[in-house]
Amino acid sequence: MKRSSKLKVRWGFIIFFTPVFLWLMLLIVLPHIELLRMSFIGTDFYGKSGFTLENYGGFFKEPIYWRTFARTAIYSILVTFIVLVIALPVAFYITKLAKPKAQGFFTVLLLIPFWVSELIRIYGWIILLRESGVINFVLLKLHLIKQPYEMLYHDATMIMGLVYTSMLFMVVPIMGVMESLDNALIEAAYDLGAKKLAIWRKIIIPYCTPGIMSGSIIVFMLVLGSYLTPKLMGGKNALWFTEQIYNQIIIYFNWNQGAAFGFLLLLMSSIIIFIALKLTKQEFTKVIK
Amino acid sequence: MKIALSVKNVSKYFGDFKAVDNVSFDVEDGKFFSILGPSGSGKTTLLRMIAGFYEPSSGKIEIRGEDMAGVEPNKRPVNLVFQNLALFPMMNVFENIAFGLKRRGERGKIVKDKVEAMLERVGLPGFGNRKIGQLSGGQKQRVAIARALVLEPSVLLLDEPLGALDAKLREHMKVELKKLQLKVGTTFVYITHDQSEAMVMSDYVAVMHAGRFEQLDTPQNLYNRPASSFVAQFVGNNNKFTVKVIKDERGNFYAATDYGLKLKLEGKFDIEQDNTYEMYIRPESIIINPHDDLDKLNIIEVDVKAILFDGGNSRILVVPKGTDNEIVVMLPQNRKYDYLRPSDALKIGWYPSVSVCFKGIGERAYEEIK
Ligand SMILES: Nc1ncnc2c1ncn2[C@@H]1O[C@H](COP(=O)(O)OP(=O)(O)O)[C@@H](O)[C@H]1O
Ligand SMILES: [Mg+2]
Repeated sequence: MKRSSKLKVRWGFIIFFTPVFLWLMLLIVLPHIELLRMSFIGTDFYGKSGFTLENYGGFFKEPIYWRTFARTAIYSILVTFIVLVIALPVAFYITKLAKPKAQGFFTVLLLIPFWVSELIRIYGWIILLRESGVINFVLLKLHLIKQPYEMLYHDATMIMGLVYTSMLFMVVPIMGVMESLDNALIEAAYDLGAKKLAIWRKIIIPYCTPGIMSGSIIVFMLVLGSYLTPKLMGGKNALWFTEQIYNQIIIYFNWNQGAAFGFLLLLMSSIIIFIALKLTKQEFTKVIK
Repeated sequence: MKIALSVKNVSKYFGDFKAVDNVSFDVEDGKFFSILGPSGSGKTTLLRMIAGFYEPSSGKIEIRGEDMAGVEPNKRPVNLVFQNLALFPMMNVFENIAFGLKRRGERGKIVKDKVEAMLERVGLPGFGNRKIGQLSGGQKQRVAIARALVLEPSVLLLDEPLGALDAKLREHMKVELKKLQLKVGTTFVYITHDQSEAMVMSDYVAVMHAGRFEQLDTPQNLYNRPASSFVAQFVGNNNKFTVKVIKDERGNFYAATDYGLKLKLEGKFDIEQDNTYEMYIRPESIIINPHDDLDKLNIIEVDVKAILFDGGNSRILVVPKGTDNEIVVMLPQNRKYDYLRPSDALKIGWYPSVSVCFKGIGERAYEEIK
């Protein structure tokens, strides 16, 4: 009797765990091992392939590569920060100030952009902003400008596009935590003499840190790995690092170089997230809850 | 004596609903003032107006003679202890208490000294590093009070701070709170729905009902001379009789019950249009088996219905012979009537001076007082 019940428990475990294990191995671990292996393989002058550090060396020797890399990292952090600054009051308004009926409406408003594909979303911006676009047309008609102005293909435009695309992923986790924030805490702080800024700094933000961190991690990774928005809206001669990877693999057929770049990107995002978690004294397992 | 808080004709509407209805009172410096009322009577609304979270719809609030109209909660010299305490969970005990001091720009050693002195005062020395989650209910209570008191407010407002505690701890904290108030000398405005809390701690109690003050008095006067039917029912226990007041040819007044009792009354009554009254007699004012020669007493014959044993607070439930109108009678502490059993016959009596009467049929403070 005892043995069979033990056996049953094991079966349950195996049935549950097999798909998880397969997914983890086949779609996460295996490709990364392959990528890692490829990133250390190079073809020499005579077409013979073998172990090399050249793929990583090339990254540091060629300024265009590490500059793009640094630019991508800095802009991703900047975008995450801007998204956070906008998302905090938005989440606060929806969870604490809006009437229950309006709350649903605002949440739907946040979701609407995600009913269409990224491409369409960006196309919307392009229609608005391009030289012959809606905004230029209106400004010209109103005689506010004499010449149409190209608003696309600036870094600022690209940042705005990235902020727009990732806003939802910051607002939702922050709303989740903010909902559980007791209004009496805010009132108590106010009663004890705190001004608005102090209430944000000392009560709301510390309380919402888990939501802020999980939102920031999602947004940061999303922005870091985005491809279409920087390509279609960004400055012509300033690349995003994902484009470099794309170029290496698709244009130059240099899978080894592409794999090395991919690994560098993974390494960087891991390090930045690790530092951010350490700085805010959060634990990863708590944040992803 | 200086007036710490003065509320003048204050009303508050939520839409059409009048939550606070023309309330006025003054609290002298250093007094313990309670507002007692059932839930929904507008106590929290009144307190929040004093703290500055609501603007009164009409009327005026002055603190130490200064008009508070338009003054934000963070600028008022009052502090509020919230109904659910509202301690900051992401800060430890020290940081919670230091919060207000730091907002005033106080720093370093001054803050440390003040917080530690305050912790000492509320009986929690050395608790500064504890997390809020590690504290018991009573300790949280004290931290919440310390957090407000450390700012030395002109008036400390407390919104049912003992509500969440269990009965034993509440008994204990009642006495603690009173002692603390005497020690620090701060003016307390305390709201509660528990009449015993209000009676034990307060210098003055205002009984609030449906947004209005029914009576503002000392606890003794509230108990002995209630001003309304509601107060008589809400403060302490009382037996209620619905009676018709009649006058005999010699000018004496009597209360007649619909089941045939004729009870002597003291004083004069208006019986011109309507002679329906409610008469109240406290359970401890009733004498069991009084001497028959005491002819001034109202004496009625009753049957014992139940013995309500509760230690020093034991009572019996009796009904006048042939009726089922229950009367609660306090048993004396000397266990003289331990022999009583249900359905025993008994006489009870009381002096006419201990009964109080109110004209008309008042609202019921509770479903029925048992
Ligand atoms: N913000 C508000 N909006 C509408 N009605 C309210 C509001 N606050 C309280 N009330 C109503 O006012 C009445 C008194 O409430 P409250 O002051 O909280 O009573 P208490 O503290 O005595 O229980 C209640 O009937 C309540 O429903
Ligand atoms: Mg209340």
